[in-house]
Amino acid sequence: MLVPGSGSALRSVSVDLNNDASLVIDIPDALCERDMVKFTVHTKTTLSSFQKPDFSVPRQHEDFIWLHDTLVETEEYAGLIIPPAPPKPDFESPREKMHKLGEGEASMTKEEYAKMKQELEAEYLAVFKKTVQVHEVFLQRLSSHPVLSKDRNFQIFLEYDQDLSVRRKNAKEMFGGFFKNMVKSADEVLISGIKEVDDFFEQEKTFLLDYFSKIKDSTAKAEKMTRSHKSRRGFLSKNANLGSVCELKNQKFEFLLEKLSDLFEKLRKVEGRVASDQELKLTELLRYYMRDIQAAKDLLYRRARALANYENSNKALDKARLKSRDIPQAEEHQQQCLQKFDRLSESAKKELTSFKGRRVMAFKKNLVEMAELEIKHAKVSLTAHPIKHTV
Amino acid sequence: CFNWLRCDFCSLQLEEEEAKSSFDVDVAVTNPEKVGDGMNAYMAYKVSTRSSLSMFKSKAFTVRRRFSDFLGLYEKLSVKQSLHGCIIPPPPEKSVVGMTKMKVGMDDPSSVEFLERRRAALERFLQRVVSHPLLLQDPDVREFLERDDLPRAVNTQTLSGAGFLKMITKASDAVSKMTIKMNESDTWFEDKFQEVEAEEQQLRKLHVVVDSLVNHRKELCVNTAIFAKSMAMLGNSEDSTALSRALSQLAEVEDKMEQLHQEQAASDFFIFAELLADYIRLLAAVRGCFDQRVRSWQRWQEAQSTLQKKREAEAKLLWANKPDKLQQAKEEITEWEARVTQYERDFDRVGMAVRKEVLRFEKEKTKDFKSQIVKYLEAMLQSQQRLIKFWEAFLPEAKAIA
Repeated sequence: MLVPGSGSALRSVSVDLNNDASLVIDIPDALCERDMVKFTVHTKTTLSSFQKPDFSVPRQHEDFIWLHDTLVETEEYAGLIIPPAPPKPDFESPREKMHKLGEGEASMTKEEYAKMKQELEAEYLAVFKKTVQVHEVFLQRLSSHPVLSKDRNFQIFLEYDQDLSVRRKNAKEMFGGFFKNMVKSADEVLISGIKEVDDFFEQEKTFLLDYFSKIKDSTAKAEKMTRSHKSRRGFLSKNANLGSVCELKNQKFEFLLEKLSDLFEKLRKVEGRVASDQELKLTELLRYYMRDIQAAKDLLYRRARALANYENSNKALDKARLKSRDIPQAEEHQQQCLQKFDRLSESAKKELTSFKGRRVMAFKKNLVEMAELEIKHAKVSLTAHPIKHTV
Repeated sequence: CFNWLRCDFCSLQLEEEEAKSSFDVDVAVTNPEKVGDGMNAYMAYKVSTRSSLSMFKSKAFTVRRRFSDFLGLYEKLSVKQSLHGCIIPPPPEKSVVGMTKMKVGMDDPSSVEFLERRRAALERFLQRVVSHPLLLQDPDVREFLERDDLPRAVNTQTLSGAGFLKMITKASDAVSKMTIKMNESDTWFEDKFQEVEAEEQQLRKLHVVVDSLVNHRKELCVNTAIFAKSMAMLGNSEDSTALSRALSQLAEVEDKMEQLHQEQAASDFFIFAELLADYIRLLAAVRGCFDQRVRSWQRWQEAQSTLQKKREAEAKLLWANKPDKLQQAKEEITEWEARVTQYERDFDRVGMAVRKEVLRFEKEKTKDFKSQIVKYLEAMLQSQQRLIKFWEAFLPEAKAIA
């Protein structure tokens, strides 16, 4: 199943992307083959570091994960917010429905079957849109970042016209996911336990920890609400049964029910669009920023680690001085730790500030769009109504 | 192409006006009030009647009635010979759970809903009774509406829960088990009966669908409210002032959405689901009428066969030459001849009544559905308009984020 290309402006939950025309990336379409999704990553560039100015490559979801992980593991980027990895495409729900449809085919009328099939295809399309959006945004975040856009692996990802799976396997063997595992466990404790000297970071830390838990909660609640909204649609469609009440001889009554059934159909379609718009604009927005804030927290963690290392190196230096042994090494080590920490802090400050601006703008964009869509859909359903407010 | 309903709406108004001028009784059931305490407590409803008809003592009057009074009225009407063949509107069903909650004095939303549901159902029941020309003339109906002190109805146990439908089905079964099968000279009755059965089945299916629609809307309500709260908390946590305000506003809009969903669910239920439930029971009552006609026919046939037996007995007695017994036999024959004539007349009368009733019922049904659908759509329309207002108010807040 192919997803037709749509303007990336419609899709991004993140903003300030692709302002720089020197490197423009988009995912114009994607192919779904059984369990795998193949994204077509399209790049247009004026940079001389690339071999061609305009090219496309096919990439799998695992390739994106590989890219993300290598960036996270790169020491150099410790002071940056690494854009969150896109989640795995999840076709579980429509696939289940397709299964049910296949099983129930015998017991349905032709009309019902066609309607359900249409619904199913719309759902597949919605999942597609979501996953393409989130993969696209990941790449766009990278391309618009002054440092990350220059990453060698990023370039390979965009350009290398062979299969990346060999590289991926090698990378796994090298890192073995070590860093990731280490980070997750001690995260919160370390960040909150540290004695902060810098006001900026103190505030950021407090804010991010609190905001994260709130946005996580909101995301979960939004998901629940969106699911309710969607399942509601399915039931209105069963009103197709209204048509079969019409085998009765009472013509006027029959006519009435038929018209009512038509109306319900139209309203159901509008409801469907409202539900998926709400998901794209609101739920996806919250989901994305929840992950982004996690990435910001990871940055704070790395900085906290660097500070802990620095403090440890201080202690080691004191011990060395006490024992009058290995003082130069200890001093050297302490200097290195301090420098690393300072570099990290400086970079982190910049990143966190621009992150705030980005987040606020993204929320604004999506909330405005969502409100406009709700109004548009409601007005459409008004015109479908047989009774105007003048009656 | 969407003018159908608007045109029909106008013609409906016309019909209503016509009907009003030829028929002038208005009943309302309102103000449920708890009377008494503990397990003997009950709800008393205010029954108000307005009418210019001379058969009533005054133009407007009020009485208080309890649920069992309504059931009692139905009970009285349904056993009257004179009303055989009439479609007597079935009353709402008893509910042990609902009534216990009420007695205990629970104030939660589901109890409130139960009470409103019952009040509305009782009102519809009465409205249908008084809009039936024959029933309106019935002294029991008049007494119900007018008499201040109504003796308590007993024997209302038969109408608990699904009791009404069970009763009809039991009666139907009994009829179909009878050995003397009716041969219809007039296929109208058979055809109509099948139609009624088919329609009842279809409405049941539809009712299930609407019921699940109501439940889903309620679920959406709950989830929207929860989300609104979460959004409010997020807004509080947000450190950018304008975004914080916008998120709080969003939380308020979602709260309003929840209210809209709630109202829509109520509309689905009270307007649509209850309408279907009413008609499923009404159609069962229609089936009941057809059965009454068949039983009436059977009674006539049985009387004829009894008469035949009596005549044969008389002939035997003539042969046996027993003059005193012969006299008795002759008297019995006269009695049974009268009965046969009476029962034949009854059968014809019931047949005509059923015909008339069914035609009237079908007209009423179409009118009823139409007016309920219009009400439902109006409610939906208003809901959509309010939705637009809410989002339009939110939009500038969202745009003001900087």
